[in-house]
Amino acid sequence: MAKYMLLIYGDEQRWENLSPVEQAEIDAGHVAFQKRAGDRILASGQLEPSSTATTVRAGDGDAPAVTDGPFLETKEVVGGFYLVEAADLDEAVALSRELAEVRHDHSGVEITPLVQHG
Amino acid sequence: MSGSCESGGSGLSGEAGEAVAAAHRAHWAGVLAATVRITRDLDTAEECVQDAYAQALRTWPSAGIPDHPGAWLRTVAGNRARDLLRRESVWRRAMPLLVEEATATAPDPQDAAEPPAVADDTLRLVFTCCHPALSREARVALTLRLVCGLSTAEVARAFLVQESTMAARITRAKKKIAAARIPYRVPTAADLPERLAAVCDVVHLVFTTGSNAPVGERLIREDLVASAIGLARTLHRLLPVAEPAGLLALLLLIDARRATRTADTGVPVLLEDQDRSLWDRALIAEGTDLLTEALRGGPPTRYAVQAAIAAVHAEAPTFEATDWTEIVALYDVLLGLWPSPVVELNRAVAIGMRDGPRAGLVALDALAADAALATYRYLSAARADFLRRLGQWPEAATAYEEALLLTDNEPERAYLAMRLATISFKRTQAGE
Repeated sequence: MAKYMLLIYGDEQRWENLSPVEQAEIDAGHVAFQKRAGDRILASGQLEPSSTATTVRAGDGDAPAVTDGPFLETKEVVGGFYLVEAADLDEAVALSRELAEVRHDHSGVEITPLVQHG
Repeated sequence: MSGSCESGGSGLSGEAGEAVAAAHRAHWAGVLAATVRITRDLDTAEECVQDAYAQALRTWPSAGIPDHPGAWLRTVAGNRARDLLRRESVWRRAMPLLVEEATATAPDPQDAAEPPAVADDTLRLVFTCCHPALSREARVALTLRLVCGLSTAEVARAFLVQESTMAARITRAKKKIAAARIPYRVPTAADLPERLAAVCDVVHLVFTTGSNAPVGERLIREDLVASAIGLARTLHRLLPVAEPAGLLALLLLIDARRATRTADTGVPVLLEDQDRSLWDRALIAEGTDLLTEALRGGPPTRYAVQAAIAAVHAEAPTFEATDWTEIVALYDVLLGLWPSPVVELNRAVAIGMRDGPRAGLVALDALAADAALATYRYLSAARADFLRRLGQWPEAATAYEEALLLTDNEPERAYLAMRLATISFKRTQAGE
Protein backbone atom coordinates (compact mmCIF):
# COMPACT_ATOMS: atom_id res chain seq x y z
CA MET A 1 0.00 0.00 0.00
CA ALA A 2 1.09 3.56 -0.63
CA LYS A 3 0.09 6.74 1.12
CA TYR A 4 -1.44 9.67 -0.73
CA MET A 5 -2.18 13.20 0.36
CA LEU A 6 -5.46 14.41 -1.09
CA LEU A 7 -5.65 18.19 -0.95
CA ILE A 8 -9.04 19.72 -1.72
CA TYR A 9 -8.61 23.04 -3.49
CA GLY A 10 -11.29 25.53 -4.38
CA ASP A 11 -12.33 29.15 -4.80
CA GLU A 12 -12.68 30.39 -1.24
CA GLN A 13 -15.32 33.02 -2.07
CA ARG A 14 -17.49 30.42 -3.76
CA TRP A 15 -17.12 28.10 -0.79
CA GLU A 16 -18.22 30.85 1.57
CA ASN A 17 -21.35 31.46 -0.48
CA LEU A 18 -22.56 27.91 -1.06
CA SER A 19 -26.30 27.38 -1.20
CA PRO A 20 -27.76 24.90 1.29
CA VAL A 21 -28.24 22.43 -1.59
CA GLU A 22 -24.58 22.68 -2.64
CA GLN A 23 -23.46 22.37 0.97
CA ALA A 24 -25.55 19.23 1.39
CA GLU A 25 -24.08 17.76 -1.79
CA ILE A 26 -20.56 18.36 -0.53
CA ASP A 27 -21.36 16.84 2.84
CA ALA A 28 -22.86 13.79 1.14
CA GLY A 29 -19.65 13.44 -0.88
CA HIS A 30 -17.56 13.34 2.27
CA VAL A 31 -19.84 10.80 3.87
CA ALA A 32 -19.56 8.59 0.78
CA PHE A 33 -15.78 9.06 0.72
CA GLN A 34 -15.37 8.12 4.37
CA LYS A 35 -17.66 5.12 4.01
CA ARG A 36 -15.70 3.84 1.04
CA ALA A 37 -12.21 4.56 2.38
CA GLY A 38 -12.95 3.35 5.92
CA ASP A 39 -9.87 2.87 8.07
CA ARG A 40 -7.58 3.63 5.16
CA ILE A 41 -8.07 7.29 6.08
CA LEU A 42 -5.03 7.98 8.25
CA ALA A 43 -5.85 11.63 8.90
CA SER A 44 -8.27 14.21 7.63
CA GLY A 45 -9.49 17.68 8.36
CA GLN A 46 -11.28 20.77 7.17
CA LEU A 47 -9.27 23.98 7.29
CA GLU A 48 -10.41 27.31 8.67
CA PRO A 49 -10.53 30.14 6.07
CA SER A 50 -7.16 31.13 4.64
CA SER A 51 -7.48 34.50 6.41
CA THR A 52 -6.65 32.59 9.59
CA ALA A 53 -3.42 31.24 8.10
CA THR A 54 0.04 32.33 9.22
CA THR A 55 3.16 31.98 7.11
CA VAL A 56 6.72 31.69 8.38
CA ARG A 57 9.41 32.19 5.79
CA ALA A 58 12.76 33.85 5.17
CA GLY A 59 12.49 37.60 5.80
CA ASP A 60 14.83 40.56 5.32
CA GLY A 61 16.80 39.95 8.50
CA ASP A 62 18.43 36.85 9.92
CA ALA A 63 15.35 35.51 11.62
CA PRO A 64 12.48 34.08 9.59
CA ALA A 65 9.60 36.51 9.25
CA VAL A 66 6.12 35.67 10.46
CA THR A 67 3.34 37.11 8.32
CA ASP A 68 -0.39 36.76 8.22
CA GLY A 69 -2.11 35.03 5.34
CA PRO A 70 -1.43 31.95 3.25
CA PHE A 71 1.85 31.12 1.51
CA LEU A 72 0.54 32.10 -1.91
CA GLU A 73 -2.01 34.79 -2.67
CA THR A 74 -4.48 32.97 -4.92
CA LYS A 75 -8.21 32.60 -5.21
CA GLU A 76 -7.91 28.82 -4.89
CA VAL A 77 -6.91 27.66 -1.44
CA VAL A 78 -6.71 24.35 0.36
CA GLY A 79 -9.99 23.83 2.15
CA GLY A 80 -9.41 20.38 3.54
CA PHE A 81 -7.39 17.22 3.21
CA TYR A 82 -7.31 13.48 3.58
CA LEU A 83 -4.27 11.34 4.14
CA VAL A 84 -5.21 7.90 2.81
CA GLU A 85 -3.72 4.53 2.05
CA ALA A 86 -4.38 3.10 -1.40
CA ALA A 87 -2.92 0.31 -3.50
CA ASP A 88 -2.16 2.56 -6.42
CA LEU A 89 -2.95 5.87 -8.08
CA ASP A 90 -6.07 4.53 -9.79
CA GLU A 91 -7.54 3.61 -6.41
CA ALA A 92 -6.70 7.03 -4.97
CA VAL A 93 -8.34 8.66 -8.02
CA ALA A 94 -11.41 6.45 -7.66
CA LEU A 95 -11.74 7.46 -3.99
CA SER A 96 -11.44 11.14 -4.83
CA ARG A 97 -14.32 10.80 -7.28
CA GLU A 98 -16.66 10.37 -4.31
CA LEU A 99 -16.02 13.99 -3.36
CA ALA A 100 -18.46 16.54 -4.76
CA GLU A 101 -15.61 19.05 -5.01
CA VAL A 102 -14.26 17.21 -8.06
CA ARG A 103 -17.49 17.88 -9.95
CA HIS A 104 -17.63 21.65 -9.38
CA ASP A 105 -16.02 24.01 -11.84
CA HIS A 106 -14.11 25.97 -9.21
CA SER A 107 -12.64 23.20 -7.10
CA GLY A 108 -10.69 19.98 -7.39
CA VAL A 109 -8.55 17.47 -5.57
CA GLU A 110 -4.78 17.25 -5.88
CA ILE A 111 -3.36 13.79 -5.21
CA THR A 112 0.30 13.53 -4.27
CA PRO A 113 2.07 10.35 -3.18
CA LEU A 114 4.06 10.44 0.02
CA VAL A 115 7.69 9.40 -0.22
CA GLN A 116 8.00 5.80 0.90
CA HIS A 117 10.87 5.08 3.26
CA GLY A 118 12.38 1.63 3.47
CA MET B 1 18.56 -0.56 -41.89
CA SER B 2 15.76 0.55 -39.68
CA GLY B 3 16.52 3.47 -37.42
CA SER B 4 14.72 1.68 -34.61
CA CYS B 5 17.76 -0.44 -34.05
CA GLU B 6 20.30 2.29 -33.52
CA SER B 7 20.01 1.66 -29.81
CA GLY B 8 21.32 -1.83 -30.48
CA GLY B 9 24.73 -0.29 -30.94
CA SER B 10 27.21 -2.24 -33.02
CA GLY B 11 26.98 -3.19 -36.67
CA LEU B 12 23.90 -5.09 -37.76
CA SER B 13 25.05 -6.38 -41.09
CA GLY B 14 24.63 -10.00 -42.06
CA GLU B 15 21.78 -12.41 -41.62
CA ALA B 16 21.99 -12.56 -37.83
CA GLY B 17 22.19 -8.77 -37.57
CA GLU B 18 19.11 -8.41 -39.69
CA ALA B 19 17.32 -11.02 -37.60
CA VAL B 20 18.13 -8.99 -34.47
CA ALA B 21 16.83 -5.85 -36.20
CA ALA B 22 13.64 -7.65 -37.21
CA ALA B 23 13.24 -9.04 -33.69
CA HIS B 24 13.66 -5.52 -32.38
CA ARG B 25 10.80 -4.28 -34.51
CA ALA B 26 8.55 -7.25 -33.86
CA HIS B 27 9.22 -8.13 -30.24
CA TRP B 28 10.61 -5.13 -28.35
CA ALA B 29 7.32 -4.21 -26.66
CA GLY B 30 6.36 -7.80 -25.91
CA VAL B 31 9.74 -8.65 -24.40
CA LEU B 32 9.76 -5.45 -22.34
CA ALA B 33 6.20 -6.02 -21.14
CA ALA B 34 7.00 -9.59 -20.09
CA THR B 35 10.13 -8.41 -18.28
CA VAL B 36 8.25 -5.66 -16.45
CA ARG B 37 6.06 -8.40 -14.98
CA ILE B 38 9.19 -9.76 -13.30
CA THR B 39 11.02 -6.57 -12.32
CA ARG B 40 7.91 -4.43 -11.79
CA ASP B 41 10.20 -1.50 -12.51
CA LEU B 42 10.45 0.04 -15.96
CA ASP B 43 14.07 1.16 -15.82
CA THR B 44 15.38 -2.21 -14.69
CA ALA B 45 13.21 -4.02 -17.24
CA GLU B 46 14.55 -1.80 -20.01
CA GLU B 47 18.14 -2.56 -19.02
CA CYS B 48 17.46 -6.30 -19.01
CA VAL B 49 15.83 -6.14 -22.43
CA GLN B 50 18.71 -4.11 -23.86
CA ASP B 51 21.09 -6.70 -22.44
CA ALA B 52 19.09 -9.47 -24.10
CA TYR B 53 19.29 -7.77 -27.51
CA ALA B 54 23.01 -7.14 -27.00
CA GLN B 55 23.46 -10.83 -26.21
CA ALA B 56 21.51 -11.76 -29.35
CA LEU B 57 23.92 -9.61 -31.38
CA ARG B 58 26.88 -11.42 -29.83
CA THR B 59 25.61 -15.00 -30.01
CA TRP B 60 23.25 -15.31 -32.98
CA PRO B 61 26.02 -14.91 -35.61
CA SER B 62 27.81 -18.03 -34.27
CA ALA B 63 25.07 -20.02 -32.54
CA GLY B 64 22.47 -19.41 -35.23
CA ILE B 65 19.14 -17.60 -35.19
CA PRO B 66 16.68 -19.23 -32.78
CA ASP B 67 13.41 -20.61 -34.14
CA HIS B 68 11.41 -18.28 -31.90
CA PRO B 69 13.45 -15.08 -31.48
CA GLY B 70 10.77 -13.44 -29.32
CA ALA B 71 10.66 -16.34 -26.86
CA TRP B 72 14.49 -16.48 -26.83
CA LEU B 73 14.71 -12.78 -25.99
CA ARG B 74 11.98 -13.05 -23.33
CA THR B 75 13.82 -15.90 -21.64
CA VAL B 76 17.20 -14.15 -21.67
CA ALA B 77 15.76 -10.83 -20.46
CA GLY B 78 13.70 -12.65 -17.82
CA ASN B 79 16.70 -14.60 -16.52
CA ARG B 80 18.71 -11.41 -16.34
CA ALA B 81 15.87 -9.75 -14.42
CA ARG B 82 15.61 -12.60 -11.91
CA ASP B 83 19.37 -12.55 -11.55
CA LEU B 84 19.32 -8.85 -10.76
CA LEU B 85 16.48 -9.24 -8.30
CA ARG B 86 18.32 -11.99 -6.42
CA ARG B 87 21.51 -9.98 -6.25
CA GLU B 88 19.90 -6.70 -5.40
CA SER B 89 17.11 -7.66 -3.07
CA VAL B 90 18.11 -4.78 -0.80
CA TRP B 91 17.83 -2.38 -3.68
CA ARG B 92 14.48 -3.88 -4.55
CA ARG B 93 13.07 -3.22 -1.11
CA ALA B 94 14.18 0.38 -1.33
CA MET B 95 12.58 1.09 -4.69
CA PRO B 96 8.96 1.98 -5.26
CA LEU B 97 7.67 -0.75 -7.52
CA LEU B 98 5.44 -0.65 -10.51
CA VAL B 99 2.13 -1.86 -9.23
CA GLU B 100 0.60 -4.90 -10.75
CA GLU B 101 -2.95 -6.00 -10.11
CA ALA B 102 -3.14 -8.86 -7.65
CA THR B 103 -4.42 -11.46 -10.11
CA ALA B 104 -1.59 -10.84 -12.53
CA THR B 105 1.31 -12.08 -10.44
CA ALA B 106 3.75 -13.18 -13.07
CA PRO B 107 4.10 -16.92 -13.39
CA ASP B 108 7.67 -18.04 -13.71
CA PRO B 109 8.08 -18.59 -17.46
CA GLN B 110 10.23 -21.63 -16.72
CA ASP B 111 7.25 -23.27 -15.02
CA ALA B 112 4.73 -22.16 -17.60
CA ALA B 113 4.17 -24.21 -20.73
CA GLU B 114 3.11 -21.14 -22.72
CA PRO B 115 4.69 -17.70 -22.68
CA PRO B 116 2.38 -15.04 -21.25
CA ALA B 117 -0.10 -13.52 -23.70
CA VAL B 118 2.19 -11.07 -25.43
CA ALA B 119 -0.51 -8.86 -26.88
CA ASP B 120 -2.21 -8.45 -23.54
CA ASP B 121 1.09 -7.68 -21.82
CA THR B 122 1.87 -5.11 -24.48
CA LEU B 123 -1.53 -3.53 -24.02
CA ARG B 124 -0.89 -3.16 -20.28
CA LEU B 125 2.34 -1.42 -21.13
CA VAL B 126 0.51 0.90 -23.54
CA PHE B 127 -2.11 1.76 -20.93
CA THR B 128 0.62 2.39 -18.37
CA CYS B 129 2.42 4.75 -20.75
CA CYS B 130 -0.87 6.49 -21.64
CA HIS B 131 -2.22 6.94 -18.12
CA PRO B 132 -4.20 10.18 -17.94
CA ALA B 133 -2.16 11.25 -14.91
CA LEU B 134 0.81 11.74 -17.25
CA SER B 135 1.11 14.75 -19.53
CA ARG B 136 0.20 14.19 -23.15
CA GLU B 137 3.81 14.84 -24.19
CA ALA B 138 5.05 12.29 -21.67
CA ARG B 139 2.52 9.71 -22.88
CA VAL B 140 3.65 9.92 -26.48
CA ALA B 141 7.34 9.97 -25.55
CA LEU B 142 6.99 6.96 -23.26
CA THR B 143 4.99 5.00 -25.81
CA LEU B 144 7.59 5.64 -28.50
CA ARG B 145 10.41 4.75 -26.12
CA LEU B 146 8.95 1.78 -24.27
CA VAL B 147 6.37 0.30 -26.61
CA CYS B 148 7.89 1.13 -30.00
CA GLY B 149 11.48 0.71 -28.83
CA LEU B 150 12.80 4.00 -30.20
CA SER B 151 15.99 5.35 -28.67
CA THR B 152 15.73 8.54 -26.65
CA ALA B 153 17.66 10.31 -29.42
CA GLU B 154 15.08 9.23 -31.99
CA VAL B 155 12.16 10.31 -29.82
CA ALA B 156 13.88 13.68 -29.33
CA ARG B 157 14.29 14.02 -33.09
CA ALA B 158 10.63 13.26 -33.70
CA PHE B 159 9.68 16.07 -31.29
CA LEU B 160 12.33 18.56 -32.43
CA VAL B 161 13.83 18.85 -28.95
CA GLN B 162 17.32 18.28 -27.57
CA GLU B 163 18.13 14.72 -26.55
CA SER B 164 18.88 15.90 -23.00
CA THR B 165 15.46 17.57 -22.81
CA MET B 166 13.75 14.39 -23.95
CA ALA B 167 15.81 12.23 -21.59
CA ALA B 168 14.74 14.45 -18.69
CA ARG B 169 11.10 14.28 -19.80
CA ILE B 170 11.16 10.48 -20.00
CA THR B 171 12.92 10.19 -16.63
CA ARG B 172 10.33 12.46 -15.01
CA ALA B 173 7.49 10.40 -16.44
CA LYS B 174 9.04 7.14 -15.25
CA LYS B 175 9.59 8.64 -11.80
CA LYS B 176 5.94 9.63 -11.64
CA ILE B 177 4.85 6.12 -12.66
CA ALA B 178 6.93 4.68 -9.82
CA ALA B 179 6.30 7.31 -7.12
CA ALA B 180 2.59 7.79 -7.70
CA ARG B 181 2.18 4.05 -8.31
CA ILE B 182 0.55 4.20 -11.69
CA PRO B 183 -0.60 0.61 -12.06
CA TYR B 184 0.53 -1.73 -14.82
CA ARG B 185 -2.95 -2.72 -15.85
CA VAL B 186 -5.60 -2.54 -18.54
CA PRO B 187 -8.24 -0.33 -16.88
CA THR B 188 -11.64 -1.58 -15.82
CA ALA B 189 -14.72 -0.92 -17.94
CA ALA B 190 -15.61 2.15 -15.88
CA ASP B 191 -12.27 3.82 -16.59
CA LEU B 192 -12.10 2.75 -20.18
CA PRO B 193 -13.65 5.70 -22.03
CA GLU B 194 -11.17 8.19 -20.57
CA ARG B 195 -8.15 5.88 -20.86
CA LEU B 196 -9.01 4.64 -24.30
CA ALA B 197 -9.19 8.19 -25.63
CA ALA B 198 -5.65 8.86 -24.39
CA VAL B 199 -4.34 5.61 -25.88
CA CYS B 200 -6.00 6.19 -29.27
CA ASP B 201 -4.62 9.72 -29.27
CA VAL B 202 -1.09 8.43 -28.74
CA VAL B 203 -1.37 5.65 -31.33
CA HIS B 204 -2.65 8.20 -33.83
CA LEU B 205 0.27 10.53 -33.04
CA VAL B 206 2.77 7.71 -33.48
CA PHE B 207 1.21 7.00 -36.88
CA THR B 208 1.20 10.68 -37.88
CA THR B 209 4.82 11.04 -36.83
CA GLY B 210 5.64 7.98 -38.93
CA SER B 211 3.65 8.80 -42.02
CA ASN B 212 4.82 12.42 -42.28
CA ALA B 213 8.13 12.46 -40.47
CA PRO B 214 8.67 16.04 -39.23
CA VAL B 215 12.43 15.74 -39.71
CA GLY B 216 14.90 13.51 -41.42
CA GLU B 217 15.81 12.05 -44.74
CA ARG B 218 12.68 10.03 -45.39
CA LEU B 219 9.07 11.16 -45.66
CA ILE B 220 7.72 7.95 -44.18
CA ARG B 221 9.09 6.13 -41.15
CA GLU B 222 7.83 2.61 -41.87
CA ASP B 223 8.83 1.35 -38.42
CA LEU B 224 6.57 3.91 -36.69
CA VAL B 225 3.73 3.29 -39.12
CA ALA B 226 3.98 -0.45 -38.50
CA SER B 227 4.12 0.05 -34.73
CA ALA B 228 1.05 2.28 -34.77
CA ILE B 229 -0.96 -0.12 -36.94
CA GLY B 230 0.12 -3.05 -34.78
CA LEU B 231 -1.01 -1.21 -31.64
CA ALA B 232 -4.31 -0.22 -33.24
CA ARG B 233 -4.93 -3.86 -34.27
CA THR B 234 -4.20 -5.07 -30.74
CA LEU B 235 -6.50 -2.42 -29.28
CA HIS B 236 -9.30 -3.31 -31.65
CA ARG B 237 -8.92 -7.05 -31.08
CA LEU B 238 -9.03 -6.70 -27.31
CA LEU B 239 -11.51 -3.85 -27.08
CA PRO B 240 -13.93 -4.16 -29.99
CA VAL B 241 -15.68 -0.83 -29.45
CA ALA B 242 -16.21 2.10 -31.82
CA GLU B 243 -13.13 4.17 -31.04
CA PRO B 244 -10.42 1.59 -31.83
CA ALA B 245 -12.44 0.42 -34.86
CA GLY B 246 -12.49 3.98 -36.22
CA LEU B 247 -8.82 4.49 -35.45
CA LEU B 248 -7.74 1.28 -37.16
CA ALA B 249 -9.99 2.10 -40.15
CA LEU B 250 -8.30 5.49 -40.46
CA LEU B 251 -4.76 4.12 -40.26
CA LEU B 252 -5.43 1.37 -42.83
CA LEU B 253 -7.18 3.69 -45.29
CA ILE B 254 -4.27 6.12 -45.18
CA ASP B 255 -1.64 3.39 -45.22
CA ALA B 256 -3.29 1.87 -48.32
CA ARG B 257 -1.78 4.79 -50.27
CA ARG B 258 1.73 4.42 -48.87
CA ALA B 259 3.37 2.92 -51.98
CA THR B 260 2.27 5.88 -54.10
CA ARG B 261 3.04 8.67 -51.65
CA THR B 262 6.68 8.95 -52.63
CA ALA B 263 8.49 8.76 -55.95
CA ASP B 264 11.51 6.48 -56.46
CA THR B 265 13.65 9.46 -55.53
CA GLY B 266 11.88 9.69 -52.17
CA VAL B 267 10.17 12.97 -53.06
CA PRO B 268 6.49 13.20 -52.00
CA VAL B 269 3.83 12.71 -54.69
CA LEU B 270 0.65 14.75 -54.22
CA LEU B 271 -2.69 12.99 -54.00
CA GLU B 272 -3.69 14.23 -57.45
CA ASP B 273 -0.57 12.72 -59.04
CA GLN B 274 -0.69 9.36 -57.26
CA ASP B 275 -1.20 6.17 -59.29
CA ARG B 276 -4.50 4.97 -57.86
CA SER B 277 -4.12 1.54 -59.42
CA LEU B 278 -1.32 0.93 -56.92
CA TRP B 279 -3.42 1.67 -53.85
CA ASP B 280 -3.75 -1.39 -51.63
CA ARG B 281 -7.32 -2.56 -52.32
CA ALA B 282 -7.25 -5.18 -49.56
CA LEU B 283 -6.38 -2.54 -46.95
CA ILE B 284 -9.06 -0.22 -48.34
CA ALA B 285 -11.68 -3.00 -48.10
CA GLU B 286 -10.63 -3.83 -44.55
CA GLY B 287 -10.63 -0.15 -43.58
CA THR B 288 -14.08 0.40 -45.10
CA ASP B 289 -15.51 -2.60 -43.21
CA LEU B 290 -14.02 -1.29 -39.98
CA LEU B 291 -15.47 2.13 -40.71
CA THR B 292 -18.95 0.60 -41.04
CA GLU B 293 -18.36 -1.16 -37.72
CA ALA B 294 -17.21 2.08 -36.10
CA LEU B 295 -20.31 3.95 -37.28
CA ARG B 296 -22.75 1.25 -36.18
CA GLY B 297 -24.77 2.46 -33.21
CA GLY B 298 -23.87 5.68 -31.46
CA PRO B 299 -22.52 9.00 -32.64
CA PRO B 300 -19.32 8.93 -34.73
CA THR B 301 -15.94 9.39 -33.07
CA ARG B 302 -13.40 11.76 -34.57
CA TYR B 303 -11.39 8.84 -35.93
CA ALA B 304 -14.46 7.47 -37.72
CA VAL B 305 -15.06 10.85 -39.36
CA GLN B 306 -11.41 11.10 -40.39
CA ALA B 307 -11.62 7.55 -41.72
CA ALA B 308 -14.75 8.51 -43.66
CA ILE B 309 -12.79 11.33 -45.32
CA ALA B 310 -9.99 8.90 -46.20
CA ALA B 311 -12.63 6.49 -47.57
CA VAL B 312 -14.07 9.16 -49.89
CA HIS B 313 -10.58 9.63 -51.34
CA ALA B 314 -10.04 5.88 -51.57
CA GLU B 315 -13.28 5.36 -53.46
CA ALA B 316 -12.81 8.16 -56.00
CA PRO B 317 -11.71 6.59 -59.30
CA THR B 318 -9.75 9.73 -60.22
CA PHE B 319 -8.65 12.87 -58.42
CA GLU B 320 -11.06 14.90 -60.56
CA ALA B 321 -13.94 12.64 -59.53
CA THR B 322 -13.33 13.26 -55.80
CA ASP B 323 -16.51 14.22 -53.97
CA TRP B 324 -15.20 17.45 -52.40
CA THR B 325 -18.69 18.51 -51.29
CA GLU B 326 -18.87 15.36 -49.17
CA ILE B 327 -15.37 15.95 -47.87
CA VAL B 328 -16.10 19.55 -46.83
CA ALA B 329 -19.26 18.34 -45.06
CA LEU B 330 -17.24 15.68 -43.21
CA TYR B 331 -14.68 18.30 -42.16
CA ASP B 332 -17.56 20.38 -40.77
CA VAL B 333 -18.61 17.39 -38.64
CA LEU B 334 -14.99 16.79 -37.63
CA LEU B 335 -14.55 20.42 -36.51
CA GLY B 336 -17.52 19.96 -34.17
CA LEU B 337 -15.97 16.82 -32.63
CA TRP B 338 -12.34 17.90 -32.65
CA PRO B 339 -11.82 21.64 -33.08
CA SER B 340 -8.21 22.09 -34.11
CA PRO B 341 -6.26 24.47 -36.34
CA VAL B 342 -5.03 21.58 -38.46
CA VAL B 343 -8.59 20.44 -39.16
CA GLU B 344 -9.47 24.05 -40.09
CA LEU B 345 -6.56 24.05 -42.51
CA ASN B 346 -7.65 20.80 -44.15
CA ARG B 347 -11.20 22.08 -44.42
CA ALA B 348 -9.95 25.25 -46.11
CA VAL B 349 -8.01 23.17 -48.63
CA ALA B 350 -11.11 21.06 -49.32
CA ILE B 351 -13.14 24.25 -49.92
CA GLY B 352 -10.52 25.34 -52.44
CA MET B 353 -10.85 21.99 -54.20
CA ARG B 354 -14.65 22.28 -54.24
CA ASP B 355 -15.00 25.98 -55.15
CA GLY B 356 -11.70 26.77 -56.86
CA PRO B 357 -8.30 28.09 -55.77
CA ARG B 358 -9.51 31.65 -55.17
CA ALA B 359 -12.09 30.45 -52.62
CA GLY B 360 -9.38 28.25 -51.11
CA LEU B 361 -7.09 31.25 -50.63
CA VAL B 362 -9.87 33.21 -48.93
CA ALA B 363 -10.46 30.28 -46.57
CA LEU B 364 -6.75 29.96 -45.87
CA ASP B 365 -6.29 33.70 -45.29
CA ALA B 366 -8.95 33.50 -42.58
CA LEU B 367 -6.58 31.16 -40.71
CA ALA B 368 -3.44 33.27 -41.11
CA ALA B 369 -3.98 34.98 -37.74
CA ASP B 370 -4.00 31.65 -35.88
CA ALA B 371 -0.77 31.56 -33.88
CA ALA B 372 -0.74 27.76 -33.87
CA LEU B 373 -0.56 27.74 -37.67
CA ALA B 374 1.86 30.64 -38.06
CA THR B 375 4.84 28.33 -38.34
CA TYR B 376 2.99 25.28 -39.65
CA ARG B 377 4.73 24.18 -42.83
CA TYR B 378 1.52 22.93 -44.50
CA LEU B 379 -0.27 26.32 -44.33
CA SER B 380 2.38 28.01 -46.49
CA ALA B 381 2.51 24.97 -48.75
CA ALA B 382 -1.28 25.02 -49.23
CA ARG B 383 -1.27 28.75 -50.04
CA ALA B 384 1.59 28.22 -52.47
CA ASP B 385 -0.35 25.48 -54.23
CA PHE B 386 -3.49 27.59 -54.71
CA LEU B 387 -1.41 30.57 -55.91
CA ARG B 388 0.37 28.29 -58.36
CA ARG B 389 -2.96 27.04 -59.69
CA LEU B 390 -4.00 30.67 -60.23
CA GLY B 391 -0.74 31.42 -62.06
CA GLN B 392 0.22 34.10 -59.52
CA TRP B 393 3.90 33.23 -59.84
CA PRO B 394 5.62 35.85 -57.63
CA GLU B 395 3.19 35.28 -54.72
CA ALA B 396 3.40 31.53 -55.16
CA ALA B 397 7.21 31.70 -55.12
CA THR B 398 7.16 33.66 -51.85
CA ALA B 399 4.81 31.12 -50.27
CA TYR B 400 7.01 28.20 -51.40
CA GLU B 401 10.05 29.95 -49.95
CA GLU B 402 8.19 30.33 -46.65
CA ALA B 403 7.23 26.67 -46.61
CA LEU B 404 10.86 25.72 -47.36
CA LEU B 405 12.04 27.67 -44.34
CA LEU B 406 9.59 25.82 -42.10
CA THR B 407 10.35 22.29 -43.33
CA ASP B 408 12.99 20.04 -41.79
CA ASN B 409 12.05 16.92 -43.71
CA GLU B 410 14.45 16.41 -46.63
CA PRO B 411 12.04 14.86 -49.18
CA GLU B 412 9.49 17.59 -48.48
CA ARG B 413 12.18 20.22 -48.97
CA ALA B 414 13.14 18.62 -52.26
CA TYR B 415 9.51 18.68 -53.40
CA LEU B 416 9.03 22.34 -52.48
CA ALA B 417 12.36 23.29 -54.11
CA MET B 418 11.25 21.51 -57.28
CA ARG B 419 7.99 23.47 -57.35
CA LEU B 420 9.87 26.71 -56.74
CA ALA B 421 12.24 25.96 -59.63
CA THR B 422 9.28 25.24 -61.95
CA ILE B 423 7.75 28.57 -61.01
CA SER B 424 10.98 30.48 -61.65
CA PHE B 425 11.03 28.87 -65.08
CA LYS B 426 7.43 29.95 -65.76
CA ARG B 427 8.19 33.47 -64.58
CA THR B 428 11.12 33.63 -66.99
CA GLN B 429 8.87 32.36 -69.78
CA ALA B 430 6.24 34.96 -68.93
CA GLY B 431 8.96 37.60 -69.06
CA GLU B 432 8.48 38.63 -65.42
